[in-house]
Amino acid sequence: MSTNLRIALRFLTARRRAMVMSLACITLGVGLFVVTQATTTGFERFFIKTIVGTNGAIRIEDRIQETLRTMEAERGNDASGFVVEVKEGRKYIQGIQDPALLIEAVRRFANVAGTSEVLYGAAEIRSSFKNEAARVYGIQLEDHLQVSDLARQIVRGHLADFRQTPAGTLVGIKLAERLQLEVGDSFQLQAGGEVRRYRVSAIFETGIGEIDKDRVFLHLGEARSLLRRPTGASFIQVNVLDRDRATQDAAHMEAVLGHSASSWQERERTWLDVFRALRLSTSITVSVFTLIAGIAMYNTLALVVMEKTKDIAILRSMGYTRRDVTRIFLWQAAMVLAVGALLGCGLGAAVTYGVSLMKIRIRGIFTADHFIVAWSAWHYLSAVVISVVMVMAASLIPARRAARLEPGDVIRGTAQ
Amino acid sequence: MKTPSGMPSSLAPSADHAVLRCEGLHRSLGQGEGQVHVLRGVSFAARRGEVYAMVGPSGCGKSTLLYLLGLLDVPDHGEIWIDGQLMPRDDDAARTAARGRHLGFVFQFHFLLLEFSALENVMLPMRKLGRWSLPEMQERAHALLTSVGLGGKTHRLGNQLSGGEQQRVAIARALANQPSILLADEPTGNLDVRNSAMVFDLLTGLARQNGQAIVVVTHNPELAARCDHTLPMRDGQFVT
Repeated sequence: MSTNLRIALRFLTARRRAMVMSLACITLGVGLFVVTQATTTGFERFFIKTIVGTNGAIRIEDRIQETLRTMEAERGNDASGFVVEVKEGRKYIQGIQDPALLIEAVRRFANVAGTSEVLYGAAEIRSSFKNEAARVYGIQLEDHLQVSDLARQIVRGHLADFRQTPAGTLVGIKLAERLQLEVGDSFQLQAGGEVRRYRVSAIFETGIGEIDKDRVFLHLGEARSLLRRPTGASFIQVNVLDRDRATQDAAHMEAVLGHSASSWQERERTWLDVFRALRLSTSITVSVFTLIAGIAMYNTLALVVMEKTKDIAILRSMGYTRRDVTRIFLWQAAMVLAVGALLGCGLGAAVTYGVSLMKIRIRGIFTADHFIVAWSAWHYLSAVVISVVMVMAASLIPARRAARLEPGDVIRGTAQ
Repeated sequence: MKTPSGMPSSLAPSADHAVLRCEGLHRSLGQGEGQVHVLRGVSFAARRGEVYAMVGPSGCGKSTLLYLLGLLDVPDHGEIWIDGQLMPRDDDAARTAARGRHLGFVFQFHFLLLEFSALENVMLPMRKLGRWSLPEMQERAHALLTSVGLGGKTHRLGNQLSGGEQQRVAIARALANQPSILLADEPTGNLDVRNSAMVFDLLTGLARQNGQAIVVVTHNPELAARCDHTLPMRDGQFVT
């Protein structure tokens, strides 16, 4: 153990109560930072998992057609210089004409893990009790399971039944509740002039209210018949290996394939911004505790410096340098900080665990029955880094003041 | 015959033999209208193995001179040499290093670090100097405390020792780095008569034995009379 550290350790005991206060503030600051980060990140990640598991990482849909171009009237040396400048634009041609060809091209992208051809259209759903507007999604089940969490979203019934039954359907839970449909019940779907009868194979819950209240999955062939669209697809849902790269991949696909491609980040920008703002605001709020810890440490060290002026002078008379004195006081702050950060991380982990057991019913943007937390070393690292910066910056002032003390002035009794 | 600064010539050893020497030291304290010219061009030299007592009324500049000689303060004018080396006025690091290597201090109010034991207090200057290993430092600190009669109380904290014992620990600590110069500011000023005599004898005895120059500031004429040289001061100068 270095001599400066040894001296710092003994000086710590001089203001035990004040040091304990500083320690408590650091512990609370670090602990609460960890908890707020764990909960906000937990809900954000769960939201992302839900939307990616439902609508896929990338959706490729309308074909793009460039419509307007800026044109030069004439080229060459004799050019008039006349230019027709118009605002360049695009036209989107709804749907995908040749989905098989497009899927083949999409699968060549390195990050792509799965593709699913989807045909959708509006329909009216009729049960024995009432009618509701619905959106019919025609899928090839095995393909769609590769690009979604549909298997895990089934809350009643079985996918096997859907797989084996041509007239089988998967119905959103809210829609099923409104129509009082249960697994095995039959209902009618009307689209255009076509009316067909189907059976509920299973009921799913994505957690996203807008989806659960009107979505019905059919086999792709059935959907084509019902919607009278024997060819083409509405969109291709794509799953990727690294979902954080979805935006770059979508831009690349759009440029190469000539179809609009939107990543999950682009589609859910509003909600993602809300989560980001929430996480930032809670970080700022709980950082106040760390700020108070810094002020408390400043106050404590300033008191210790005042009490220890003679000790500082005697150390200086023995050959201890100004840098030694600075280090002695910074070591004190560092020791309290280390213990506080350690306790804070422990407190954060314990409270995070406690919070994760708390019951809370959330429906709308996702489905959760308890608090969702994220366990990440970055939360702990961020909390510790913030407390280190604040506490050490605050400690530097009294430490440097101690180092500036002139031993002659102190011993003579004229230290200011 | 006197030196230009007013110092008796007999007390002015040549620069070759002096372990501590100063010339033309001036120092003013306070600011503005309250400024006092405390030292007025003092010159002084001290040899190894000899004890010098600075005496004089309060405010005559004894302690101020001692702090200047101990490099705890910086003179307004004048120079100080330690072991023949000129001490820079504006290089705090060099002055601090010189303090650790050449100087030992004993103050009136002991100034022990009360959170440390007697042994640890004595080891503090040695730890900073880094000349000895840990076992050597412990052995040396133990020997020094034994020599001041505290061999049985080495592990007592500073606040578990009496005033006289604390001052003896301070003497052991001042001798820890084998300094060539020992500076003592009223080392017995806070002690009773019996302890005063004991501490003074210890201080001078050990220093003489080790060949160290001792400069003592004291109000006690009896102690001053037992020193090799007495240097009376008045109004910031030595007087005959």
